[in-house]
Amino acid sequence: MPPDQTLRTTGDFTGQGLACRRGERLIFRGLDFGLGPGGALVLIGPNGSGKSSLLRLMAGLTPPEAGSLAWNDSDIRQDPGAHRARLHFIGHSDALKPVLSAGESLAFWARMRGTSAPIEPALARFGLADAAGLPCRYLSAGQKRRLALARLVGTPAELWLLDEPLTSLDSDAAAQLLAAIAEHRAQGGRVVLSTHAPIELSAAPRLSLADFRPTPAELLA
Amino acid sequence: MSAFLTLVARDLRLALRQGGDAAMVIAFFVLSVVLFPFAVGPEPELLQRIAAGIVWVTALLAALLSLERLFQADYEDGSLEALALLPLPLEAQVLAKCLAHWLVTGLPLIIVAPLLALLLQLDPAGYPALIAGMVLGTPILSLIGAIGAALSLGARRGGVLLSLLVLPLYIPVLIFGVAAIEAEIQGFGPRPDLLLLAALLVLAVGLVPFAAAAALRLALE
Repeated sequence: MPPDQTLRTTGDFTGQGLACRRGERLIFRGLDFGLGPGGALVLIGPNGSGKSSLLRLMAGLTPPEAGSLAWNDSDIRQDPGAHRARLHFIGHSDALKPVLSAGESLAFWARMRGTSAPIEPALARFGLADAAGLPCRYLSAGQKRRLALARLVGTPAELWLLDEPLTSLDSDAAAQLLAAIAEHRAQGGRVVLSTHAPIELSAAPRLSLADFRPTPAELLA
Repeated sequence: MSAFLTLVARDLRLALRQGGDAAMVIAFFVLSVVLFPFAVGPEPELLQRIAAGIVWVTALLAALLSLERLFQADYEDGSLEALALLPLPLEAQVLAKCLAHWLVTGLPLIIVAPLLALLLQLDPAGYPALIAGMVLGTPILSLIGAIGAALSLGARRGGVLLSLLVLPLYIPVLIFGVAAIEAEIQGFGPRPDLLLLAALLVLAVGLVPFAAAAALRLALE
């Protein structure tokens, strides 16, 4: 498969002075990041430090309490449709329907992004070729996770936002995911992922959310 | 196939595989209409006089039953989050889901309503107005219901809240739907009432997607 042209944009995906509030609580503030073509960012930090919240901010699901996110210097809120078109977000839940088969589920998400290519290669890549006709309710937690991740390779998108993608994956599947990430980056794609596992990505800075925790004084403000 | 139709097809497929919704709506519709002759007595004159009102009120209540699941299932399994991050605007997706909901619940209501009217000895002159009114009115029920379903997402006892939100908004549909039948029977012609229903439908198609999509975005924040 030839590298997709949509992965070839230049310019950085940046966040400046980001703050996030969930309910009443300020979770982090003053957070900056920059992510160039082929770059990756690993989010680390204890539970509740805001890794998922930062990913949701990056996806545009939650508006930041303060600060701004920009793609190639233009604020992502100016053209939310274009931002959604260039990203894949794989959250905690796998977004699968118990009554649809694995193949149908993956085909649905691919068609919704306008891809008409066959989905078998994406299934095979994550070791699900034999499970294509199986309804999702019969899949194990790890298989469901693989199926959710297969969406990444089923349709091209420039920015991958992965919230603890290694959860319930076995070592083979984890290796597959890391290989897919490496390939994606080699083509100019970008990846942000949160994790508790000690994974090794080449040239991927770690961003510790704990460094941006508000001081007690700021919490009261 | 466009993303819009892909979403409609997926919702229809889910409804057919799960099977419950359409059957439940129709069963409720039939059973509650059948209760009336037991309650008010089987005199044909009395039933004939209240037939139009009974059919419309019970159709309204039956339509309410299936609304709670409109976005709830997608919200719970993470699909809604993934849908909101697709290039297809959420507004268009709301419309697609309403269309699928109407095909599964509204269309069967239209088919069954004349049979129930027969049971209640509705004046034969009223049938064209009943069917035309249902054709224009049931899509409005699905559309207005979508706002309620989106607003009550994540609320405890969302179904009850949904009914309280939506039923008052159904009143205009009820008034014009019944008035069309009465006007036809009394020889005035149902045209003005049907035109008002058509106007409501146009209004709902134009406004509901924005209101419901805004409510969904809030629920996802």
